[in-house]
Amino acid sequence: MAQTSTQNITIAQTKRRKRWLNRDRLTAILLLSPSVIAIAVFVYGFIAWSGYVSLSNWNTLTPDYSFVGLKNYQSIFSSGRFQTNIRNLIVFTAFFLISCLVLGLLLAVLVDARIRAEAFFRSVYLFPMAVSFIVTGVAWRWMFTPGDADPAGINLIFHGLGLDFLNGRWIADTRVWPDWYPDWSKTKIGVPLAMIPVVVAAVWQMSGFTMAMYLAGLRGISEEIKEAARVDGCSEWKVFRFITFPLLRPITLSAVIILAHTSLKIFDLIVTMTGGGPGNATEVPGLLMYTLVFSSNKIAEGAAVAMVMLALISLLIVPYLINSRRSDVEV
Amino acid sequence: MSAVSLPAPTLRRRRRPRVLLYLLMSILAIFFLLPVYLLVITSVKSFDQVSLSRMWDLPTSLSLESFGRAWNGNPREGVSGLSGSFLNSIYMVIPATVISCILGSLNGYVLSKWRFPGSETLFTLILFGMFIPYQSILVPLVQTLSAMKLYGSIAGLVFVHVVYGIPITTLIFRNYYVGVPTELVEAGQIDGADFFGVYRFILLPLSAPGFVVVAIWQFTSIWNEFLFGLIITNEPRIRPITVALQNLSGSQYTQWNVQMAGALIVAMPTLLVYIFLGRYFLRGLMAGSLKG
Repeated sequence: MAQTSTQNITIAQTKRRKRWLNRDRLTAILLLSPSVIAIAVFVYGFIAWSGYVSLSNWNTLTPDYSFVGLKNYQSIFSSGRFQTNIRNLIVFTAFFLISCLVLGLLLAVLVDARIRAEAFFRSVYLFPMAVSFIVTGVAWRWMFTPGDADPAGINLIFHGLGLDFLNGRWIADTRVWPDWYPDWSKTKIGVPLAMIPVVVAAVWQMSGFTMAMYLAGLRGISEEIKEAARVDGCSEWKVFRFITFPLLRPITLSAVIILAHTSLKIFDLIVTMTGGGPGNATEVPGLLMYTLVFSSNKIAEGAAVAMVMLALISLLIVPYLINSRRSDVEV
Repeated sequence: MSAVSLPAPTLRRRRRPRVLLYLLMSILAIFFLLPVYLLVITSVKSFDQVSLSRMWDLPTSLSLESFGRAWNGNPREGVSGLSGSFLNSIYMVIPATVISCILGSLNGYVLSKWRFPGSETLFTLILFGMFIPYQSILVPLVQTLSAMKLYGSIAGLVFVHVVYGIPITTLIFRNYYVGVPTELVEAGQIDGADFFGVYRFILLPLSAPGFVVVAIWQFTSIWNEFLFGLIITNEPRIRPITVALQNLSGSQYTQWNVQMAGALIVAMPTLLVYIFLGRYFLRGLMAGSLKG
């Protein structure tokens, strides 16, 4: 009697185990494993490796893995160049993010207004997303070339429109506004004016994407709620302000994450448009890392810059990933 | 009487904002099309027509000379054209896209229909890979590719694009397959289909849109990619087209017509994809924001 019951349990157990780890599931796991191993090595392993390089003395051509602690971090953070990079990155991210969100929302609301030729306008606003940052950079660099004697590029358009006061030196502008240079900083604090053309080009490229996200959000809001508010006497503005806008908040969050992480990584556009210049006025960590490692052979310092970039992006992405996975499980 | 006159004021009130709406949208459209206008008119100008002060003027005559210069380069001045790199990019982008699609589809299948304890965590860990700045893996990548004898080759570029494409392709396919009812899979299993049977006879026939989305996404992002192309190719012979364009625009700084023609050549393949398959392009774009 007792024997049969244990037997039954064992059979049930093996049966359950059998059902779980059967041949199909084994195949599934085996099939997934190359990708998992690739990611484990090429993402996590390499990050650890880079992290170790950033703590090493490898600042010459030949690899030198001797441990020097945080020396490379100290030397980059205390250098005026890296401080300038961080300033540029903050300025770029802030302007880029706000402009993309505002313009993207505006475009989405306009396209959503049930107009004729909606598809045409939507395609026009979105097409820059299909183009390489390098192409964008080449085109916009020329438009923002100030011209030496006569106005050129965008200045020429301003001249034609009678807006000569907008005439600027653009990508050649070395000024920082406001020109604030406190004792504790090794860089001028303010907006490097040469960054403005880069922001314009980046917004040109990415605001259509923001529009597409908002458009998906707007289409998801039921017309009934809005209609109910209208019946209650709300103006269109109030409907937007108190119903549409709050309902778009999750979209805004996603857009902020995607745009901010793109901007923290920005590299291609800066290389093509300004090459980081004039001086270091538009140089960002993504470019500095490249220069340090591949031109100056300061491998360890370059790795330290990369680790700072990774840390910034992780602060943004990790909570978002965990959160979006958690809400995804319920679906 | 009142019933007739009632719609009139509403109509009038609506019309004027409509005009303003179109005006605003057209101004914005001009902003987006301005670089295209400049690219097109400049690229069909001959060199003597190109000047900073007349850069917005329409060309007085059509010339395709700049496209020839951009495509063939100028061997006498040691400037290489885009023709070789165009082929390099093709050789890189096609295998990378095909392999990415297959890998992504299988991964997505496992992670949606064959979940196991920890598979969701694994998926999240894989996803992190698409957000990292590639600067944080470049040094080990170069070392490893050299050891694998893949450094400085198109095969190396294909390999890198496939590996770092795993997160996004897996994500798109997984979210796509989640939408396929599990009942279908179970029905297939009852009929005796095993792991590959279910994939082959149930998932795959439904996968065409997923493959199109992923293929377009990978094609566009690999074609447009710059950093890996710059790092992994140590000689001009194998560099992809974005790197070649950057070099061309650096070496022929004043020959704007050649630069603009080059930019158009680089942009053309992805723009054609966008024009003809924009709907799928948009879907890939939205998948990148995680919510699908």
